Amino acid sequence: MTTRHRPPLTPAQLADLQDLALAVRAHCVRMAGGGGCFLGASLSCADLVVYLYRHVLQVDPRQPDREDRDWFLLSKGHDVPALYGTLAELGFFPRERLAKHLSPDDCLYWHPNRGVPGVEYHSGSLGHLLAVGAGVALDLKLRGHDQKVYVLLGDGELNEGSVWEAVLVAAAHRLDNLIVVVDRNGFQANLRTEELVPLEPIADKFRAFGWYAAGVDGHDFNALHDVFSELGGSDGRPRAVIATTVRGRGLRNLEARADRWFCRLSDGEVAGFLAELRGGGAVDLDTPGLVVR
Amino acid sequence: MSYERILGDLAERDERIVVMTAENRAAIRGLPARLGSRFIDTGITEMTLVGMATGLALRGRIPVVHALAAFLTLRAYEFIRTDIGITGVPVKLVGYVPGILSEANGPTHQAIEDLALMRAIPGLRVFCPADGPELVAGLPHIVADPHPWYIRYVDAAARLPHTGEFAIGRAEVHGDDGGTPPDVSLVACGYTAGEAHGAAEILRQDGLRVHVVNLRTLVPVDESALLEAARADLVVTVEDHRRVGGLHSRLCELLVARGLRANVRAVAIEDWFTPALLADAIVHAGLDAGSIAARTRAWLSQLEVDHVR
Ligand SMILES: [Mg+2]
Repeated sequence: MTTRHRPPLTPAQLADLQDLALAVRAHCVRMAGGGGCFLGASLSCADLVVYLYRHVLQVDPRQPDREDRDWFLLSKGHDVPALYGTLAELGFFPRERLAKHLSPDDCLYWHPNRGVPGVEYHSGSLGHLLAVGAGVALDLKLRGHDQKVYVLLGDGELNEGSVWEAVLVAAAHRLDNLIVVVDRNGFQANLRTEELVPLEPIADKFRAFGWYAAGVDGHDFNALHDVFSELGGSDGRPRAVIATTVRGRGLRNLEARADRWFCRLSDGEVAGFLAELRGGGAVDLDTPGLVVR
Repeated sequence: MSYERILGDLAERDERIVVMTAENRAAIRGLPARLGSRFIDTGITEMTLVGMATGLALRGRIPVVHALAAFLTLRAYEFIRTDIGITGVPVKLVGYVPGILSEANGPTHQAIEDLALMRAIPGLRVFCPADGPELVAGLPHIVADPHPWYIRYVDAAARLPHTGEFAIGRAEVHGDDGGTPPDVSLVACGYTAGEAHGAAEILRQDGLRVHVVNLRTLVPVDESALLEAARADLVVTVEDHRRVGGLHSRLCELLVARGLRANVRAVAIEDWFTPALLADAIVHAGLDAGSIAARTRAWLSQLEVDHVR
């Protein structure tokens, strides 16, 4: 395994990423209508998920279970609309299936289930999939395969002791094929993270546990491309990318709102937000915040 | 043949098998040298141990996870339930020093609700060998079975004579086959099956007809053996586990489901047992052969009094 230096994104690649992210955000907005979803968290990680699937992960939408694939594990499972949208856009399953969101006839519910093609494993309870990912990464090491395992963690999820236990053990087993991406959107369910259990300095915490850690603007595709291009290496250190993001990114009146965790949008809000994504104005919200979920 | 030996042999024959531990190496000290990188010690981290075992299983491995029963089933319970239980990946959990076998460690180490917890997870199977030979006989079947398992570790020499081949879901029944129900059925699993066997020998000296049912696996359970045992005048369940949620509960659930009545009594751990070396702890907890026999006699006498009334 060597450091992968890649040329910068071309204007065409950048436009493709922006188009894809827009389509995924639109899917998230539609899923937030009807029964609703965790829209803010989905929008904060949407660019990360889109970038990873387009430029990093070696996966095959026609054969999601191929033995030689990279693994992506969504540990903070409530942002799964971003993953559903990305998988649908990339052809893991037909886009029409997204209309089955929350239908008892399908398994596209508020947290990931591996009945959805491309979803590697279920989550929902925080602090689980880093250890699962470490197990996958360890097996790849034991077999001498050079695939990688990416685990997306929420910043609030870093409250969980099991995360830090797995961080410690991953370093002990020299899992440099394990990459954590932290969606650092600054919020946990109801509060800003730093107001409850302060997390900073996050990157230094990973470094102190024996990891390589880098920070990046999680909405800047060029910056993401730089960071992930330099993430290779076989020095034994697992990798952590702390991606600074904005909860609700892309919908101005939802951005960085503590009271907009779970969203159940009205039909008017859905239409307004879809128009905003296409360049329209900010949408006045008509539903109350702090929907209990 | 020891647990360590059979585990090493199984793993050498099947590269899918990995042995994992949270630094509980007492029973498996020879395995690191035998298995090399397929011996995986995560340190004192039961949650990560179970999560990593799940990841290894997703890649096609069969992890045998060896850790202290109390910490494995309690500290990592949600990880067992959520990581392993939801999909049923074939992880084999081995709880070391379960029940009375934690001896003098005290209540922190007493895994006496492990059967209740593991039984509550859909699809998770439970093996309670009576002794080392039964563990060794069962392990190849458990490892080959596609389900996740919880195994109550025991390494004692043979505690009762074993009859016939090991089979998942089939109990071992000891006692005369007189064609009619016995006076007493002692239904047991795990280490205390040996004490039940000893109690039966004492009671037979009183002229009683006594059957001992050694369940071997609690999930799946041998329902026909339980139903047959329940035809006795008195059925006594024997387990080094709380009365709630283990073998006693399992028998009662079956009887209620079938609409059957039986005189069922429990020898079990009521709260915490007094920490001591095994020989003393088991007597103090009332789980030894003599105590079981004495309580059985008392229950029989009470039944006769009730019958006369
Ligand atoms: Mg957050």
